[in-house]
Amino acid sequence: MQQTTGKMKLAELETNFERKIQAEEKIEPRDAMPEAYRLHLIRQISQHAHSEVIGMQPEGNWLLRAPSLRSKQILLAKIQDEGGHGLYLYSAAETLGISREEMIRQLHEGKAKYSNIFNYPTLTWADIGAIGWLVDGAAIVNQVALQRTSFGPYARAMFRICKEESFHQRQGYEIMATMMKGTPEQKKMAQDAMNRWWWPSLMMFGPHDSDSPHSGDAFKWKIKRKSNDELRQKFIDKTVQQAYVIGLTIPDPLLKWNEDKQGYDHGPIDWSEFKNVISGNGPCNRQRMEHHKFWHEEGKWVREAADAYKKRISTLN
Amino acid sequence: MTMELKEALQKFLLRLGDNALIQGQRLSEWCSRAPMLEEDIALSNLALDHIGRAQVLLDYAGHTFGEIKTADELAFRRSEREYYNFLMAELPTGNFAFTIAKQLFLSAYEDLLYEALCESTDTHLSAFSLKAVKEARYHFSHAADWCMRLGLGTAESHDKMVDAIHDLWAYTHEFFEMSDCDLLLLQHGIAPDQEKLKKNWLDKIGKVFMRTGFSIPQDTYQHRGSRQGIHTEHLGHLLCEMQYLQRSYPDASW
Repeated sequence: MQQTTGKMKLAELETNFERKIQAEEKIEPRDAMPEAYRLHLIRQISQHAHSEVIGMQPEGNWLLRAPSLRSKQILLAKIQDEGGHGLYLYSAAETLGISREEMIRQLHEGKAKYSNIFNYPTLTWADIGAIGWLVDGAAIVNQVALQRTSFGPYARAMFRICKEESFHQRQGYEIMATMMKGTPEQKKMAQDAMNRWWWPSLMMFGPHDSDSPHSGDAFKWKIKRKSNDELRQKFIDKTVQQAYVIGLTIPDPLLKWNEDKQGYDHGPIDWSEFKNVISGNGPCNRQRMEHHKFWHEEGKWVREAADAYKKRISTLN
Repeated sequence: MTMELKEALQKFLLRLGDNALIQGQRLSEWCSRAPMLEEDIALSNLALDHIGRAQVLLDYAGHTFGEIKTADELAFRRSEREYYNFLMAELPTGNFAFTIAKQLFLSAYEDLLYEALCESTDTHLSAFSLKAVKEARYHFSHAADWCMRLGLGTAESHDKMVDAIHDLWAYTHEFFEMSDCDLLLLQHGIAPDQEKLKKNWLDKIGKVFMRTGFSIPQDTYQHRGSRQGIHTEHLGHLLCEMQYLQRSYPDASW
């Protein structure tokens, strides 16, 4: 009898979940949700959080060499924002019953991933422009769509993150625009950064829809609202014009306007490179992970001291 | 304003601006390296306050030159012997305890200095100090909170703080040196008496130490030199990195 009640309850909860999804209502942490939905979100949100945090490394690479006091302040503020985004997102994932420490452990063990784009190096100051403009530009397209995602804490985090990301994108574009108005060396640096970051930015949207392994359930549960290819197209269409305005060339000889679809067609993406980098063989995969592990370990005695102090104080009170 | 007084003000402003800039640069080194994400953000925030402060102070200093210099020119085109920041500010970052002890000593000093400068007869400086003192007070409370955690946390954290305090103590007396410039500025009510600041500074540090179980080290050898632009070997390397783009592409603007 008890078992039957349990089954009925479960069925009722699942119907409730389905109803909310259909009615475009947000799923909140206390709501019942299918286990697969919870796990999917943990995987996606923690990956998003790790990406924000690992992304601090390539940008931090130029913090000490920023060429003006103004650009140093802007870059500092930007990286600080990324850290803040990481914090929101870790907190959003924690509402699903996983701790930050556990998420970091999964990252260190290679069980959780971060955005592939941060496995590329920032070689010149123009790369800081390219990251802001192209990488954050691509992230915005993705994240605007996620504002309508079905999990409440994730959707709400996206609203604030998107506002800050659009400031980041302007910062990146400003660096590129300034360099394109500058000396021949600066123009060369800017075009070189464009050439190196364009294709990896397109890859940020993930495989073509026909090859995307996680999209099925994500669409059904309204976690994902637009397909990889739709988002990529949106990014290309808005970015090409911005490049032309400042005199940068898109490194794709096959790129051309398609009147029928009112968008650009692009040349083939080298997915073998994508697969290679994602499986650990990119220029900075090892470096990024070693850096994170090293400093996490290095800070252990500080975290232990803070915990011990907290306990000591709570005993005194 | 006499030429002599103008030069004294210029050196003083460069000292304040350079202290802010070099501390900001060192604090920025913590980016993606702090013990926890919250602290990564906090240290970036401190760095940001310092760079912002450097921008205003160096800009003002630039107006005291015959031919006006921009804050960027002063930050990126001067060499080691033309910098006047305290030696402590340029010391390598070290571990987290070292950064906290450094921040404690420097922010306690800046809190008192900017408080006194709010009364400066130089109206630019007094107006600026109203904002700077608020920041310095927050920086001091951040460092003092961490002193408590590390001092009363574990034996390891306590020992690390003790080491840091001992290593840094030899760089503290330099803050309070009264050079001819300082004397001249004091006579004109532009800058405070550094000797008086020293007493209050020792009280301020003593109070934090009393709560955390640290003691004020015995005065031993004290490093000096920054008033004359004589630095440690570390400053040159810091400037090499910071000034790299401006020096490599002197015709470019960014």
